[in-house]
Amino acid sequence: MNRSAAEVLLRLGDDYLINGQRLSEWCGHAPMLEEDIALTNIALDSFGAAQLIYTMLISEGIHKGSADDLAFARSEREYLNCQLAEQPNGDFAHTILRQFIFDAFAFHFLSNLKQMNEPIVRSVAAKLLKEKTYHLRHSGEWVVRLGDGTDESRSRTENAFKSLWRFVPELFVDDDIILAANKETNFPLYSTLKSEFQETIATIYGRAKLEIPMMKNSGRTTGRRGIHTEYLGHLLSEMQILRRSYPGAAW
Amino acid sequence: MTAPTKNESTVLWEVFLQERSGSPHTHAGSIRAADAEMALQNARDVYARRGLPESVWVVRTTDITTSSATDRESFFEPVKDKTFRHTRDYVVPRDIERLER
Repeated sequence: MNRSAAEVLLRLGDDYLINGQRLSEWCGHAPMLEEDIALTNIALDSFGAAQLIYTMLISEGIHKGSADDLAFARSEREYLNCQLAEQPNGDFAHTILRQFIFDAFAFHFLSNLKQMNEPIVRSVAAKLLKEKTYHLRHSGEWVVRLGDGTDESRSRTENAFKSLWRFVPELFVDDDIILAANKETNFPLYSTLKSEFQETIATIYGRAKLEIPMMKNSGRTTGRRGIHTEYLGHLLSEMQILRRSYPGAAW
Repeated sequence: MTAPTKNESTVLWEVFLQERSGSPHTHAGSIRAADAEMALQNARDVYARRGLPESVWVVRTTDITTSSATDRESFFEPVKDKTFRHTRDYVVPRDIERLER
């Protein structure tokens, strides 16, 4: 497997892993039982997606060890997830908006992987797209209800937007890795997904009676190079502590 | 099944799952949701986690009319003696291998 393509896939796997970890923090704490199950289901889907991607990369000889090793044994600078994924949950509106932004990005990214040369990647993408379609429906419909809800739900959604929108540019900046992957294996450039993403955001925001946001052009791409916000270290210490304390433990 | 009070923002819904195309939808349980779209999603998340249903129905509990305990005597008891309503006297033809009820 092409090395640049593999790195782009590792980014996606890490996005899923960290997103899943954040969602799993809601277990037992969601505002209603049905949402507790919904969010943890999405977390499980996300862990499954990460496992699928990691396993594929290992079988292609890109990484050694097991999917668990990739998930639990790396240090902070080796994770290539976007900074959006590691942001803390905050309140329900904050979690939902973060999820909606990620789901919209991932949905369009996965949809565009159909044009790639490698069949194994296309088949993984097809499987993940089915789940992501549902995730996007769930988070999108919630944004509509929170935006066009009560004064409180609307103001919480607006606050969530103010804190999260600055993490959007990173998702669409073309760096050396994606440029190489695009040239060598026909990976879609991140920048080409921007207009479809914008349309998804605008449709939901319109229905939510929220002001449709402008896309910013600049932003940091450092998450993709392993340089994260202060939150990732804490998340990883919680996620990895069991395995680090008891290496080789089995259930 | 009592009607929700005016202050409740979530409604109670009954969930029905269809296992195979052509099978009847069977009652799986109930969930709370504010509206039909969220009810459909919640039903899928809570009751369709395992197995592969073909379809999910959600119905507001208040839209269901049920018979009461006092109805039982006049609705159902008289039917007990009416065995002529069953197909017990038909002879199954020899060539029929399997008869599904």
